[in-house]
Amino acid sequence: MSHSRAHPSNVSVDEVDRTNRANAAALPAPTDEARDASLAALTDAGRLATRRRASLWGDAWRRLVRNRLAVVGLVIVVTFVLIAIFAPLLAPYGESEVVDVRLARYPPSWTWPFGLDRNGRDIFSRMMYGARVSLLVGIASYAIVLAIAIPVGSIAGYYGGLVDTIMMRVVDVVFTIPQVLLVLLFVNAFGAGLKNIILGIGLIAWVTEARLIRAQFLSLREQEFVMASRVCGASGAHIIFRHLLPNSLTPIIVAATFGIPTAIFTEAAISFVGIGIRPPDASWGQMVGEAARSAGDIQNDPHMLLFPVLAIGLTMLGFTFLGDGLRDALDPKGND
Amino acid sequence: MARYAVSRILWLVPTLLAMTAITFIIMHLTPGSPFALSHMDRVAPETIARLERMYGLDRPLYEQFARYVWNSLQGDFGESYVWRGQEVRDIIGRTFPVSLHLGVMATLFAVVVGMTLGILAAVNQNGFLDYLSITLAILFYSMPSFVMGYLLILLFVVWLPGRGIDLGFNIGGWERPQDWILPTIALGAAPLATIARYTRSCMIEVIRSDYVRTARAKGLMERRVILRHVLKNALIPVVTMIGPIFAIVGTGSFFVEKVFNVPGMGRYYVESMDTKDQPMILAVTLIFGIFLAIMNVVVDLVYGLIDPRIRY
Repeated sequence: MSHSRAHPSNVSVDEVDRTNRANAAALPAPTDEARDASLAALTDAGRLATRRRASLWGDAWRRLVRNRLAVVGLVIVVTFVLIAIFAPLLAPYGESEVVDVRLARYPPSWTWPFGLDRNGRDIFSRMMYGARVSLLVGIASYAIVLAIAIPVGSIAGYYGGLVDTIMMRVVDVVFTIPQVLLVLLFVNAFGAGLKNIILGIGLIAWVTEARLIRAQFLSLREQEFVMASRVCGASGAHIIFRHLLPNSLTPIIVAATFGIPTAIFTEAAISFVGIGIRPPDASWGQMVGEAARSAGDIQNDPHMLLFPVLAIGLTMLGFTFLGDGLRDALDPKGND
Repeated sequence: MARYAVSRILWLVPTLLAMTAITFIIMHLTPGSPFALSHMDRVAPETIARLERMYGLDRPLYEQFARYVWNSLQGDFGESYVWRGQEVRDIIGRTFPVSLHLGVMATLFAVVVGMTLGILAAVNQNGFLDYLSITLAILFYSMPSFVMGYLLILLFVVWLPGRGIDLGFNIGGWERPQDWILPTIALGAAPLATIARYTRSCMIEVIRSDYVRTARAKGLMERRVILRHVLKNALIPVVTMIGPIFAIVGTGSFFVEKVFNVPGMGRYYVESMDTKDQPMILAVTLIFGIFLAIMNVVVDLVYGLIDPRIRY
C-alpha cells in the first residue's frame, strides 16, 4: 500500500498503454495532437480507474450482503471475534477461576448459563477465553503462512526455473501427509502450548497458499498488461508488487477465509486429543476432550460436552458461509 | 500413458523417502530422551543410557535413518518403546484392518449418498430436493469429524434415549455391527458434502451444454437425456475427488476412533504421541503417508483410463 503512494507516476503506465491500445486506430503516428489526446485520456483513465476500483469493492460488498448465508456467516464471525477480543471484560469469571468445587458438574442454570465443569469452573467464561485462543491461533498462524507463502509463491510463480521445481517437490511431499498429523507431530516434538501450535500450523500450512499464489502468478504473467509493463522496462520486483500481487489479492482473501478456520480446527483437534493447549488454560478442543473423558461423563453431564462442541461447529460454519459468500462476491466471473 | 504411469510410480520413491526423512527429523528434534518421561521418573541415568544403546539411539542420526529405512523396507518397524515386547508391525497388523474397515465404510457412504444427493439436486435445480441437499451439504461440509461424532452421540445416545426413543446405540465400541453406524456417519459426513456439492456443479455444467440441448431438441425423454447423456460425462470429474476424500477420511479416522473408542490405528497413534513411542509414531505416519500417496497415483491413473479426453 505504501508502495503505491511512493510512486504515483507509475500507476498510469498501464493506463497509457491500455488507452493507446483502445485508440490504436486513431493513432497512426504519434503526432502532437495525438500525444495531447492521450495525455487527456491518461487523466481520464486515471480518474476512471480510481472510480472503478472503489466500485469493485462496493459491488463485492453489495453482492455479499445480498447473500443471506454470507450475512449469517459474517454475523457469526464478527460475534466470535468480538467475544474473543473482549473476553476479559465480558466473562463473569476468570479463565481458570474455580467457582465452587462442591458444585462441580452443576448443570446449566440462570447463574451459570452453560453450567460448571468437573473442577467447578464456569464453562461460559472458559469458552470466552477459549475463543481468544482460537482467534489468536487463526490470525497469528495465518500471518506466518502469508509471510512465507507470498515470497516463495511469488518467486516460484514469476521466475519459475529451479526455485519452482524445488518448491513444487517440497509441496508434493508435504501434501502427502495431512496437515493435522504434521502439526500433531510438530507440537508433540517441540512441546505443547500456544506458541508451538501457532508455529507448527504456520510452518506447515504455507504450502497450500504458496501453491495458490504460484498458480495465480503463472497465469497472470502471460497476460498482456504484464508483458506491456515488462516492455516499458519495469523490474521484476515492480511487476510482482504493482501488478501480480494486487491482482492475486482476491484469491488470497478467499483462501484466508478457508485457511483461518482450518487453523482453528487444527488447534481444536490437537488440543482435543490432549497434545495442544494444556489445562488449566482453556481451549474449545481441550474442553471437548476433558468433557468426554469417559462414557459416564457424556451420559451424566452432557452439558460439559455440548457447548464447546457447538462452539467449534458454529465457528466452522460461520467461516464457511462467509468464505463461500466472499468467493462468489469477489469473483463475478464465477457467478451464474 | 504408460510413460506417464511409470514416471508417476517412480516419483513415489523419492517422495516417500523425503516424507520419511521429514518425520524422522521432527521426531529426533524432540528434546530429551524418550526414556526420561515423567511417568517413568526416577530411572537411573545408566539405565537410560543402556536403553538408548539397546534401541540404537546413541548412533549418529544419518546412521539411524539409514538403518530405519533399510529395516522398514523389510517390514520391520522395530519394537514399541512403551508396549514392551510388542513389535510395531504386530500392533499395526492388528489395528490397521479396523481403521481400513471404518475408512472404507465411510468412503462408500460418502460416495454413494453424496453422488445421489448431488444428482437429485442438479436434476431438480432450485426445487425442494435441491435446497434440502444444499442445506445438508453446507451443514456437513465444514463440520470437523470429532464435532460431528459428539453431536451424533449427544443426539442418539443421550438425548433421544432420555426421551424414550432408544435406538440401541452405544457411546463407543466396535463389537456389534450397530456400533459401526455412528462412526461411519461421523467420518463420512464431511466428504459426503464435498462430493454432493461437486457432483451438483458438474451435473449442472453438463446439463447446460450444447449437446444436451441437442439431445432434448431431438425429442429424447428427459429421463433418457439424464441417464444416457448427462450422467456419464458429469460423473467423470467426480472421480478426481476420491483422492482428497481418502485423505479427509484417513485424517478424520484418527479423531473419530478416539471419539467412539474404536480399536484402530488412529487411537494407538494418539496414545503413542502422549508416551513418545517413536517407533509407533514413525510407522503409523509412514504407513498412512504411503497409503495416501499410492491412492493418489491410482486415482490419477484411473482417471486417465476412464476419460478418453485426458492425454498425457
